[in-house]
Amino acid sequence: MARAVTSRRKLINTTAAWAVGLLIFFPILWTILTSFKTEGQAIASPPIFLGFDWTLENYKTVMERSNYARFLWNSIIIAGLSTIIGLIVAVPAAWSMAFVPSRRTKDILLWMLSTKMLPAVGVLYPIYLLFIKMGLLDSRAGLVVVMMLINLPIIVWMLYTYFREIPGEILEAARMDGATLKEEVLYILTPMAIPGIASTMLLNFILAWNEAFWTLNLTAVNAAPLTAFIASYSSPEGLFFAKLSAASTMAIAPILILGWFSQKQLVRGLTFGAVK
Amino acid sequence: MATKASRSAARLMMAPAVILLLGWMLVPLIMTLWFSFRTYLPLRGGDQGWTGFDNYVRFVTSSSFWPAVQTTLIIVLSVLIITVVLGVLLAMLLDQPMWGQGVVRILVIAPFFVMPTVSALVWKNMFMDPVNGLFAHLWRFFGADPVSWLSDAAMPSVIMIVSWQWLPFATLILLTAIQSLDGEQLEAAEMDGAPKLKQFWFIILPHLGRAITIVILIQTIFLLAVFAEIFVTTGGAFGTRTLSYLIFQRVLESQNIGLGSAGGVYAIILANIVAIFLMRIVGKNLDN
Repeated sequence: MARAVTSRRKLINTTAAWAVGLLIFFPILWTILTSFKTEGQAIASPPIFLGFDWTLENYKTVMERSNYARFLWNSIIIAGLSTIIGLIVAVPAAWSMAFVPSRRTKDILLWMLSTKMLPAVGVLYPIYLLFIKMGLLDSRAGLVVVMMLINLPIIVWMLYTYFREIPGEILEAARMDGATLKEEVLYILTPMAIPGIASTMLLNFILAWNEAFWTLNLTAVNAAPLTAFIASYSSPEGLFFAKLSAASTMAIAPILILGWFSQKQLVRGLTFGAVK
Repeated sequence: MATKASRSAARLMMAPAVILLLGWMLVPLIMTLWFSFRTYLPLRGGDQGWTGFDNYVRFVTSSSFWPAVQTTLIIVLSVLIITVVLGVLLAMLLDQPMWGQGVVRILVIAPFFVMPTVSALVWKNMFMDPVNGLFAHLWRFFGADPVSWLSDAAMPSVIMIVSWQWLPFATLILLTAIQSLDGEQLEAAEMDGAPKLKQFWFIILPHLGRAITIVILIQTIFLLAVFAEIFVTTGGAFGTRTLSYLIFQRVLESQNIGLGSAGGVYAIILANIVAIFLMRIVGKNLDN
């Protein structure tokens, strides 16, 4: 009897959770479905859910018409390079704070966090001006730098929380055996830290990919990534639902897949280790 | 444990990150402060010298200031209430035993990974369009007149879009917190015959207190800066002009740098007030 009750409860839970989950996911699902319809079917009344003629026409049109490849390439370069440079800068910093803490480590960490809180709009013009003066406006290099800097606090913090979980005894043992600092980092810490570094990389890539304040304000044509590509659809062109959907699907698909792998790390990365 | 040599090496390793962030913080901040005390109109005469606190006074006395403050507060508070309340409920639901938990989790989290311009545009056109939007179809199906969401109900629409984006974040963090709850305590309460509501009120909610605080603080900082959702949907029209959007317009659209910078300083102060509370909690956590 008890067993029957629990499995009935489980059925109710399952139904409720799936219903809510599908409701929340619906806008994404609807976008994906619409991307395979013809423009006529996309605005049909009543709306067609599944029984339409599936077509890849929209994807073709979007790619031909809007130079999608360049936007995609810009997104990959900006998110990818900013993440890699960020890691190169952050790994040593996080390593030293985790393993050679001083009295000021905590203050430095909190100060880094505070730079993340600086509202972008408050420093929009100075950055804009500096970009013009240095010829960085609408350049990938400029955006890579900005994206690296705005996410650097998160990278340092995430790495720090991961590094702190590496037991210090292992390091002491290595030191006793006469390992130099370089060997310590290269042969002991790096292998142990790889999972942490990988998830930091993943989360940071996602954040940089989706960033939509600086990418919209500092790019025009050459360096514009997918965020700007999609924003260009807010003109009347956006009324072509099927093409809009195809463009949107292409912009979010890579991240949805990466996000699948990063859901656990998301909590740690976005709460600065305060919730684990 | 650390030797003198490793300590100076450590300092060296920290230097690039610290110097970069220091530059990133100080250079624009000083420039914003500098501009905020000057009359600076790049398209109408350039830099015309000092004005003291004129820009600060003009920014808060302009007719668009208080509506912008009000809009900002309404958006931040509404989204916070919606995401935290629904987030707690959703987290409790997802914590129950069920089939396909992993898949449901991903369905719920997915909106967080959608770039803001995409979600704004998808909601704007495919759901809220007064002619072809899904809501318009739904309204017509029930015999009602379709609503022009983004002009007649602009604020609720923006709030709904932003809530949809942030609900996954709140849910995910609260779910993580719930899963760390000591099951024995709940079992004991169950044995003593405590009703579910009391268990929720006296055990689950206090346990979630810290996570809820963190969700509120982090979301507040991001919500104060909401940009793409407004840029794409209403462009600040129909009463959706937030403080950050107003500053954006002053700086880039009307090219009044002095005025915009003074607004920027206000925004920085506002964000820092929230940040202080967040840092206190995070800092305490560092000690253990």
